Amino acid sequence: MTNDLGVIQTRRLTKHFGHVHALDDVSLNVPGSSIFGLLGPNGAGKSTLIRMLCGVLRPTSGTGSVLGFDIAEDPEPIKRHIGYMSQRFSLYGDLSAIENIRFYALIYGLTPAQRREREEAVTALTGIGPYLERRSSTLSGGWKQRLALACSLIHQPRILFLDEPTAGIDPVARRDLWDLLFSLTHQGVTMFVTTHYMDEAERCSRVGYISMGRLIAEGTPDVLKAIAEVTPPGTRRYELTCAKPMNALAQARKLDHVRDATLFGTVLHVLLDETMSPEEMLTTLAPGDAVAAFRRIEPSLEDVFVALSRSRAAEAAA
Amino acid sequence: MNGFKAILLKEFAHIRRDPTTIFFTFMVPVLQMTIFGFAIDVTIDNIPLVVLDLDGRQDGRRLVEAMVNTQAFEVVERARDEESFRRALTSGRAKAGVLIPANYSERLLARETAEVQMLIDGSDSQVATTALNTVSLLATQLSAGRARTVQESIQVAAARDAHGDPAAPVEVRSRLLYNPDLQSAHFFVPGLIAIILQLVLLFLTSFSIVREREFGTLEQLFVTPVGKAGLLLGKLVPYALMAFGELLIILVAMTAIFQVPIHGSLGLLLGLSWLYIVTVLCMGLLISTLARTQLEAIQLAFLIMLPSVFLSGFMFPRSEMVWPIRIIGNILPVTYFVEIVRGVILRGADFIDLAPQVLGLSICCVGVMTLSLSRFHKQIE
Repeated sequence: MTNDLGVIQTRRLTKHFGHVHALDDVSLNVPGSSIFGLLGPNGAGKSTLIRMLCGVLRPTSGTGSVLGFDIAEDPEPIKRHIGYMSQRFSLYGDLSAIENIRFYALIYGLTPAQRREREEAVTALTGIGPYLERRSSTLSGGWKQRLALACSLIHQPRILFLDEPTAGIDPVARRDLWDLLFSLTHQGVTMFVTTHYMDEAERCSRVGYISMGRLIAEGTPDVLKAIAEVTPPGTRRYELTCAKPMNALAQARKLDHVRDATLFGTVLHVLLDETMSPEEMLTTLAPGDAVAAFRRIEPSLEDVFVALSRSRAAEAAA
Repeated sequence: MNGFKAILLKEFAHIRRDPTTIFFTFMVPVLQMTIFGFAIDVTIDNIPLVVLDLDGRQDGRRLVEAMVNTQAFEVVERARDEESFRRALTSGRAKAGVLIPANYSERLLARETAEVQMLIDGSDSQVATTALNTVSLLATQLSAGRARTVQESIQVAAARDAHGDPAAPVEVRSRLLYNPDLQSAHFFVPGLIAIILQLVLLFLTSFSIVREREFGTLEQLFVTPVGKAGLLLGKLVPYALMAFGELLIILVAMTAIFQVPIHGSLGLLLGLSWLYIVTVLCMGLLISTLARTQLEAIQLAFLIMLPSVFLSGFMFPRSEMVWPIRIIGNILPVTYFVEIVRGVILRGADFIDLAPQVLGLSICCVGVMTLSLSRFHKQIE
């Protein structure tokens, strides 16, 4: 299995639920030992894609392979080598943490010696040790995720599918979990992660953006930021800080020289024609504002996805 | 068989930790046996009777006495006039009323037909039938008794017994087989085995799978290399064993508490019980492939339980049912098993006697198993 062939490949993968097109024509190539981040709004088809790759949902059309096995025709061998963490906690709440871990060790058919060794390894890796005897339903969100991770790693999977692993857990736990995922990629595990968070996407080696069932863009974050559509020739991107960002946004939308303006928290990202200078923009959008300032910026992944979603929506409307 | 041991151990851990499962499994039979074994008595006696005796003399009193002596009736009210007589019936205080006319004694004396009016509340058909049968039998006996006195006096008789006394020309001697005391426990408790096993198995198995579907743990299992056989057997075997344990408890209670002896072979009964247990397990599995939530599973299980109780012959004789209803009974495994249990326990039936029922149950088993296994996939959707 060479890296350029990819451990996960799909060709025009499509899933319809009746009239709902959950996923349309998705072609992907994920190289080994990388973190692939799949982004997109709720209902875009992220979970559908993961479930098909894990072999529990049959594609309507198109093909896909994971570790060289066809996801529709031969899903069972895939299951020996993948781990899966679904969006919600799906372990047995009435069993203790260690009972859940032992259950999965048995399910994967590990020998008693392997079981002991792996139990210790995943306990050490996730730091779940102090909570092993607790009923898993009584654990906090972050610890539930760590337990789920421990269970999905018990058989040393080559690929780990994580469906919104950090949804609903606190920022510290979120950061710890990501550090954990990075340490796993160093051990050669490929990660396929869906997320809402742009800061998480920035940490992935490759990202894909999915919207209304279609994969709009896919590549390394740097490549995506350099897409011409995102920053067309003759335009520059600025970050604008001012006292009344909402007013500035309303003004910016009226200005012909402004190709795009989006509010990011309390600052404004503005895509400006080179024909207008940034100083001119500042006085137009925030007149008489003493604290107003600007700086030139590179597009963030969020800029990329906003720009791409808008141009796709415009194409669809045309 | 991948993962069988893991699932089996996990399932037992769930059962151990879930008091409701244990309560349901072992309290349901206790409750049902108490209700059907002790509370329900299908032999009807002490029907409340209202009497309006306009005659008021010895013959009238004797008639009422004779009615009470049958134990079918119990006088709850003696009416003074027609108005209060009717009121007793319309209010429901009395289920039957006897009206003895003023000229009752005179007509008997004159050897004319004395008419007694009997009013019976027909709203409960079982009570009404019993009342009707009892009074017509009583009337026949009273008439025969008077006729015999007349025969004595004229020295002519239709028939005579061994002592040369006048006797009834035809006498039917009935002998009750299998349940000589007509105790309802004998009828209900064996049939109850079939009902309880189905009730407990259907709910427990369908729940145990649908619960995992609802909680998302089934999807998690589908992503592992667990085999379909290992998954299903691991989930179903614990409940099969629980059901078998329950069967043994019911059999002990039946023979010890209700004094219903097992006339046939215990081995045959237990062997055929396994065929039934497997069939019902597959029905539970079928429900779990149709239901997405536990609520839906309850509804589907009830949909099967209701006809099982009413149409299987457990409560009402199937020979009395119209044919479309009988067909519904024919496709329910419980129908065959009720017959099998009653046959073995009450009549001492052997395998040859029960061959048609065993065949019927086997067809049900193969049918349900094929259907449920073909519907259960290691896939979500």
